[in-house]
Amino acid sequence: MSFDVDITCQQGNFEISAKFSTPSGVTVLFGPSGAGKSTLINAIAGLVTPQHGHIHVGGHLLFDSQTGENLPTHRRQLGYIFQESRLFPHMNVQRNLVYGRRFARGSTSVVQFEHIVELLDLAPLLNRRPVGLSGGEKQRIAIGRALLSSPRLILADEPLAALDQARKAELLPYFERLRDELNIPILYVTHSVSEVARLATTVVTIKDGQVISLGSAEHTFADNAAMPDGQVGALITAHVKCHHDDGLSELNAAGIPLHLPMPQHPVGTKVRLRIAAQDVVIATHPPKGVSALNIISGCILRLAPGTGPDIMVTVDTTAGKILACLTKRSASILQLTEGMDCFVIIKSMALADDNAGGVYPHHKL
Amino acid sequence: MTLSILSPEEWTAVQLSLKVAIWATIFSLPIATAVSYVLARHVFWGKQVLNALMHLPLILPPVVTGYLLLLSFGPQGPIGQILEPLGLSVAFRWSGAALAAAVMGFPLLVRAMRLSFEAVDPKLEEAARTLGAPAPWVFITVTLPLAVPGILTGMILCFAKAMGEFGATITFVANIPGETQTLPSAIYALLQAPGQEIAAIRLVTLSIFISITALLVSEYLAKRVAARIDGKGVKHI
Repeated sequence: MSFDVDITCQQGNFEISAKFSTPSGVTVLFGPSGAGKSTLINAIAGLVTPQHGHIHVGGHLLFDSQTGENLPTHRRQLGYIFQESRLFPHMNVQRNLVYGRRFARGSTSVVQFEHIVELLDLAPLLNRRPVGLSGGEKQRIAIGRALLSSPRLILADEPLAALDQARKAELLPYFERLRDELNIPILYVTHSVSEVARLATTVVTIKDGQVISLGSAEHTFADNAAMPDGQVGALITAHVKCHHDDGLSELNAAGIPLHLPMPQHPVGTKVRLRIAAQDVVIATHPPKGVSALNIISGCILRLAPGTGPDIMVTVDTTAGKILACLTKRSASILQLTEGMDCFVIIKSMALADDNAGGVYPHHKL
Repeated sequence: MTLSILSPEEWTAVQLSLKVAIWATIFSLPIATAVSYVLARHVFWGKQVLNALMHLPLILPPVVTGYLLLLSFGPQGPIGQILEPLGLSVAFRWSGAALAAAVMGFPLLVRAMRLSFEAVDPKLEEAARTLGAPAPWVFITVTLPLAVPGILTGMILCFAKAMGEFGATITFVANIPGETQTLPSAIYALLQAPGQEIAAIRLVTLSIFISITALLVSEYLAKRVAARIDGKGVKHI
């Protein structure tokens, strides 16, 4: 068990009441701004004291209102990565990085300074001061600083939200490495669907101070209530097989070939693809003369009519479950029924780059 | 060493003033640090009372402050009677002048320091705590260095006030040449005696020179420190 949280926090007139237990890996707190995500992560960090409940992380008790246990922040052995870096402006990068080292004691993961510097490519920055560094550079330093305090758990509060798209793309792989190579619980707060797709092992969806959905990223993406409008979809895992000359990459999803533009990931990389239900078309016969490159055969698992003219079709394929959002009218014209064989058509360009995350098997932390 | 333009008595007064002002600033600093930090960062019962008490020497007529000091620290005063047997009597001693100057400079020091502590982003202190730093360490390594420009400003204000302090000093420790006669008291004494205008003007000029030098040095230091910190994480005040 990674996070076992059951707390109530009162923030003015706003009450946040959250209960969730999640397995190891990355737990993503997902939800719109103002949902209470930051208060929850700050409660786990000890920066906010809950009124009731308990917090266990990785088997360690951090807070329990019944026994009065409330470990102070500086003894929780955190690696907290804030949205705004929060680097110390009066210290150079080197001194920022080692700030937490003197307090690291008896912790499970001892990470080497040189290694972190190399991993985050910080060597050219060591003697500089935080002022004048780019947002991406600052955030890399903040990650390094958190890791070098030898944390028992990592907390990240919207660490990419203040960065532009290019910097986000540059930093996301570092978080993927943390997930795959550090064996410590990670709590990652975001409102970005693509970050959830790339990082989440488990997603806790928060809305109005309540947990409204809890499960795998696949589960959350298929959940209408948890997802913002138009974002419901499927998440499938694939490996990069080869890059073609025309700019498309071929992926292998459990034997099913998928084509999409994805030049940045090397061959052999495991990626997670988010396929929005809106971008999926269903055919009852093998389609001919269609521009879409990705056609997968499958079997209709479930038909879930929505409140409006929409219907959500879940198709079971070899590559995994794929969701398609159709109109009720099309579903009735095609006479779709549960258990029926069909074909799923996905435009390559709809499999946007942003939705595909790499999982790097190399570079040990 | 004696400056030729000053008489030995005048030179003694200058040295005494510097000694009194330096010690007044040094003594005020730790207490002012504690008081200003508490006022800047904590909410507690009686905060307004503490704030008002701290401002008293600024509002009261200096002669009142001096008399209150005499009542408490004088030979018959409750604190004076405790200090007397310990050989720490301050009445009519230069240390008494330093105490009076410290009390008068204290509100200025606290006001400047409080502003600079308030300007330090508490989020940086939080970040230090998440990295494992206990509260005193956070204060020494994050809060204090970021507040240094304001602290320097406060120290120079306190020093200048102590250099110029007259009313409370003369009430508390009188005007004894060589012991409690600081620059302002010396100028006052010269103005009381006929034919001493030239000597008074020499001391007045010197007084202006010392004050302006102190101000320039503090401005220079504060700017250098602020440039090192670069203004990020510290709001300009």
